[in-house]
Amino acid sequence: MTDLTELGIKAIREGVANGDFTAREVAEGFNAAVAAASELNAFIVATPDHALAAADAVDTKRAKGDDLGTMGGVPIGMKDLFATKGVQTTAASHILEGFEPQYESTVSQNLWDAGAGMLGKLNLDQFAMGSSNETSYFGNVVSPWRKSNGANTDMSPGGSSGGSAASVAARIVPAATGTDTGGSIRQPAAFAGITGIKPTYGRCSRWGVVAFASSLDQAGPMARSVEDCAIMLEAMAGFDPKDATSLKMEVPNWEAGLNADLKGKKIGIPKEYRMDGTDAEILESWEQGKEWLRDAGAEIVDISLPHTKYALPAYYIIAPAEASSNLARYDGVRYGLRDLPEGSGLQDMYAATRAAGFGDEVKRRVLIGTYVLSAGFYDAYYTQAQKIRTLVAQDFEKAWSQCDAILAPTTPTASFPLGSLSDDPLTMYLNDVFAVPASLAGLPAISVPAMLNSDGLPLGLQIIGKPFDEQGVLNAGLAMQQRANFDAQPEKWW
Amino acid sequence: MVSTYRIQGATGEWEVVIGLEVHAQVTSNAKLFSGASTEFGAEPNTQVSLVDAAMPGMLPVPNRECIRQAVRTGMAIEAQINKYSRFDRKNYFYADLPQGYQISQLYHPIVGEGQLLIDADEKAGIPEDKVIGIERIHIEQDAGKLMHDQHPTMSYVDLNRCGVALMEIVSRPDMTSPAEAGAYVRKLRSILRYVGSCDGNMEEGSMRADVNVSVRKVGDSELGTRTETKNVNSVRFVMQVIEHEANRQVDLIEDGGKVVQETRLFDVASGTTRSMRSKEDAHDYRYFPDPDLLPLELEDDFLADCRSSLPELPDAKRRRYETELGLTPYNARELTAEVETFARFETLLSAAALRIGKPEAEVATQVANWALSVAPGVLKSLGAEADPAHASAGAQAAILAMQDKGEISGGQAKEIYEIVLKTGRDPEEIADTEGLKQVSDTGAIETAIDDILANNQDKVEQYKGGKDKLFGFFVGQTMKAMQGKANPAVVNQILKDKLG
Amino acid sequence: MSVTREEVAKIASLARIRMGEDALDRMVPELNNILDWVEQLSEVDTSGVEPMTAVISNSLRLRDDVVDAIPETAGGRREDVLANAPVAEHGFFGVPKVIE
Repeated sequence: MTDLTELGIKAIREGVANGDFTAREVAEGFNAAVAAASELNAFIVATPDHALAAADAVDTKRAKGDDLGTMGGVPIGMKDLFATKGVQTTAASHILEGFEPQYESTVSQNLWDAGAGMLGKLNLDQFAMGSSNETSYFGNVVSPWRKSNGANTDMSPGGSSGGSAASVAARIVPAATGTDTGGSIRQPAAFAGITGIKPTYGRCSRWGVVAFASSLDQAGPMARSVEDCAIMLEAMAGFDPKDATSLKMEVPNWEAGLNADLKGKKIGIPKEYRMDGTDAEILESWEQGKEWLRDAGAEIVDISLPHTKYALPAYYIIAPAEASSNLARYDGVRYGLRDLPEGSGLQDMYAATRAAGFGDEVKRRVLIGTYVLSAGFYDAYYTQAQKIRTLVAQDFEKAWSQCDAILAPTTPTASFPLGSLSDDPLTMYLNDVFAVPASLAGLPAISVPAMLNSDGLPLGLQIIGKPFDEQGVLNAGLAMQQRANFDAQPEKWW
Repeated sequence: MVSTYRIQGATGEWEVVIGLEVHAQVTSNAKLFSGASTEFGAEPNTQVSLVDAAMPGMLPVPNRECIRQAVRTGMAIEAQINKYSRFDRKNYFYADLPQGYQISQLYHPIVGEGQLLIDADEKAGIPEDKVIGIERIHIEQDAGKLMHDQHPTMSYVDLNRCGVALMEIVSRPDMTSPAEAGAYVRKLRSILRYVGSCDGNMEEGSMRADVNVSVRKVGDSELGTRTETKNVNSVRFVMQVIEHEANRQVDLIEDGGKVVQETRLFDVASGTTRSMRSKEDAHDYRYFPDPDLLPLELEDDFLADCRSSLPELPDAKRRRYETELGLTPYNARELTAEVETFARFETLLSAAALRIGKPEAEVATQVANWALSVAPGVLKSLGAEADPAHASAGAQAAILAMQDKGEISGGQAKEIYEIVLKTGRDPEEIADTEGLKQVSDTGAIETAIDDILANNQDKVEQYKGGKDKLFGFFVGQTMKAMQGKANPAVVNQILKDKLG
Repeated sequence: MSVTREEVAKIASLARIRMGEDALDRMVPELNNILDWVEQLSEVDTSGVEPMTAVISNSLRLRDDVVDAIPETAGGRREDVLANAPVAEHGFFGVPKVIE
């Protein structure tokens, strides 16, 4: 029998449905792979029993001839930002250590309802704040990828969905959930040589997802192919009356709608994405991407997104501002850590608890956010940033009169060694320079692996689409996937 | 004409400037942003959803009824309704605020400028009607409750109230005496209860006021520094707070001190205010639009529904009672002040008019006098003997009808009503069986009068000679002979006929 | 714009994050680096531009006034609400005594 951990969502689903193997065999295979990969530190907790129980339920259904669901028999990794009932949910923060929600997030529930099971809770940057997975209280996630120079330096899997990216790339999960606030699905997907899509803002319910920046947070799948992403996104998405920003729209059958023929489609190339400091190999991969899309029948057109340069700084006002308020609830009263120094009062308890519970990057962002909202600075920072956000969105609006989708690099560089940027927050932030504009505009965007660079590290390409046009994004991604033939895998060292 | 309320200081006369922020709990079944119940008095933390407890990942979804009630309230104070409004977060840390922010409306409130009329009340020092400006009404979440006396070193937190919808109704600093402030709160409460957007129950905290007070020398145009006394929960206390704060501030300034802009608490026992320590450094609330909620845009249909569902409001009702029903201004005001009063009155009026067979306007004064003085008097005199459940509109209308027809006297009406309240018996049956009826039988009265005239020939002569006052003597004698049960109108008529 | 040590201390106090002297020393230049960098936003002419309110045009949905309509957002689950509390007694959350 083939190693079941080599299979993705579609292959597992079909194998289980056809009786080639049982869901339990799949779950056992991945449980074992998870257990053997502790060096990656991709999981905060493993939940093998959850995976087995879901698998058994699918096997029972199959025996009865019942419908197995679109994810029937597929065990996945769950980013530890999604509340899972009775299973510790931490957002990779000390302040939530030990927190066991009495509720299940809508997205995770949707996945279980579709027949998926949970292999465990995946490590991430603390409160999803970070681009290297070095801000987790539970330690760095180590990328399964290493440079081809044999130096064995631990590389960053990207962030914030670093555990998700690393585990999919290492073949210890067939797929994982991610969340993307300013690139947190796409950047790690690019670093890890996998596929990840952030849908239109509002497609996936935010109910039960630990909030970072509410106006930007979107969940999405991270998997080994465009097809798998289409299947999993379809299972995750859907209207939720519990989320006032949830889109009240039918979820299309993206899997059935996949079509790599791009004849008649125009793909825009934004000139402002050609930035100083962008790696030459990244630019090469971008050129290659154009060729692939042209080959698929698309017309390549030059476009302009003039406010691109300002998207990242605007993001670093808006996201921290929202976060400073969203994270106020971690106060040691109702759940999580409480630090009550001898003889201290309520407000001292808050300050001590939050000092002990939040990591440095979280503190930095909460302080920035507090500052930009404070009296006298609100208009200069927050209002101005929201106006620039309007301009960024308008840039895209105008672009849609010229093209159907946009091709850009996902990141300005490939993965970097863990620790190499951790003292330099600003350089770290620049990782998301190509990802953030689509986040600010709420647009669907996918990262697809394109090639390995000269260091043997993966590079990703990004397709940004119109609002609600996940199908167009998936299709362009599929066209590139078929031409890139990216089948490189990290060599197993863990 | 302005209020003459003054504080006599050592350095001269001071006037007081008052603005009120009234927090009124919106009448709704469920909370503003969650499905938990709003019912009062439940066991601690039993009416708390995961949303109210601010569990990680929880999100607010607004309750339409709360929006609707705020809009209707705005319409009732003739305010501008903002078709576009937003919810903002007001950020501060406190144990009764699980989210670490209160969802409120700062930048774009749902209701803009409006006004409220307080009625002249000479006795209270309000010489004429006065319009008080209302700056805005916004919707916000209530906080939870802390108990400080249950444990030696801990405070206990109950989140049942947390997330209940409030309307904050912000007045202009247009009031200049405790009496005006009291009248404002009473009138506002009356309007809210008419509209049905708040039950106005101040004891249960459904309505409470933050009282902003400043003082200035008479003639000064600049406003003084104000203090805000929080959560004052009765009209009397609002007035006490103003008295106390105004005097405290005058004393402070005259002693060379300065009023500090601060939040204060009212101590009911001593009738004084004190600085509130816990809110000292919470002044930078870092308001910003709540990113979990989109802008609230009201459709025309929704607004039309809000407007068409508004009842007749106190001012309009009072005018109508005066002009259409012919009631005195006093009666009209008394009857329209409270929802229960006018509701009882209108039910009785309609029943009485039907029973009597006359238009409402013709019987309104009679019914108003009954409702405002006669009936409450009887009820009060009976005390515990009365069962208010027997005070049905039907029974009272029957009594009023008998009285209108002259079948019973005013005194008999009271006696019958006493028995009704004690026993619930039918008024007409009481009148019959208890002999509580006037005699209108002209035959019996004529016989009695003939006897009296015959026995008092001298007085008849004197009367006919011009001594008109003797008419009363004949009436009295007749009533005596009839044991008080003769219909006075019939007696008068027959006497007039016979005496020529 | 740049922030002073005192301002950072004040922000930290507003955000209820206790910061020792060392932490403050480290944080001041870090925050200033970030603030200097975002300063470039001021060069954009935004006159006449409305701040973003809804990223995807969508109207605010309202729900019906029904108690406990959706189980996940219903009341009547005190045990769940208190389950993770560091201190819960007699159905209440416990916090250090507050003097109002």
